[in-house]
Amino acid sequence: MIMSPLQSVIMIAAVVLGTLTTRFLPFLLFPANRTPPKVVQYLGKVLPYAVMGLLVVYSLKDISLFSGTHGIPEAIALLAIILVHLWKKNMLLSIALGTILYMVLVQFVF
Amino acid sequence: MDTKKSAFKAAFPYTVPICAGFLFLGISYGFLMSSKGFAIIYPLCMSLLIFAGSMEFVTVNLLLSTFQPISAFLLALMVNARHIFYGISMLEKFKGTGKKKWYLIFGMCDESFSINCFAKIPEGIDQGWFLFFVTLLNHIYWVSGATIGAILGNIITFHTEGIEFVLTALFLVIFLNQWMETKRHTPALIGVAASLVSLLIFGPDNFMIPAMLLILAVFLAIRKRVDNL
Repeated sequence: MIMSPLQSVIMIAAVVLGTLTTRFLPFLLFPANRTPPKVVQYLGKVLPYAVMGLLVVYSLKDISLFSGTHGIPEAIALLAIILVHLWKKNMLLSIALGTILYMVLVQFVF
Repeated sequence: MDTKKSAFKAAFPYTVPICAGFLFLGISYGFLMSSKGFAIIYPLCMSLLIFAGSMEFVTVNLLLSTFQPISAFLLALMVNARHIFYGISMLEKFKGTGKKKWYLIFGMCDESFSINCFAKIPEGIDQGWFLFFVTLLNHIYWVSGATIGAILGNIITFHTEGIEFVLTALFLVIFLNQWMETKRHTPALIGVAASLVSLLIFGPDNFMIPAMLLILAVFLAIRKRVDNL
């Protein structure tokens, strides 16, 4: 540690404040007792679907297709999750099978 | 009391995969901090108060560089900008949750948002308490993981490589659920396409903000056509 305890507390507080801002901003701008503008209501309806796509890509962003395992274990596990989920529609089953398959692939196969 | 109990019982199963992912990631995070010489109180307070996984890993490096609180604040805004989209999506759903609303907003990490936005809450279960317990359980998993990691990180060496994939799996399954539940796939496709395009252009470390702006621009451009969703 290079910083003094006070300095590091201030740094952490700055990060907390930044994170709080991103979470509270929409609720402060559009308080519950007033109807938000039409365009915000529209975004509130369509954004969740887009955000899930964004999160899937976000959680896979560090895969390199041109080095290491070329994203093959990820591709196999994702495909398995899709197939099992379309078949059984059981959230916990799909997640557990996909994760265990991925762990086996990266630990023993690749 | 029964309202809370039944809401807890309904919420808990949804959080099981997050328990696995958060305990493991939290342990790696706590271990990282203790290996850099930070006392246990640091990962404990940071996981409790920041509660945004990727930003906490970034903060470890911030604390090891120079004292620049304003740039730390701005960096937190940028890394966590996606929360703004979560907030806009939850304006309606968090209405009528009373005082719990403030905690729901405070604890809205990627995983709590994903569950709370799309979970089908059964009839007769109190919505506010369901959302509350999902958020609280995830918060507890993360703080416990970080603290355990700081205390025991160097002792725990089981074969966990790849377990972080559980969170990718969670996001994919929620994505598939909403895909199967609606016939309008345009919003989901826009999310995937805009994110991939930004990722290709800006690379893994800088793609989030351009992706969000692109999603916003496309939605505003096609508003007239999809507005009656």
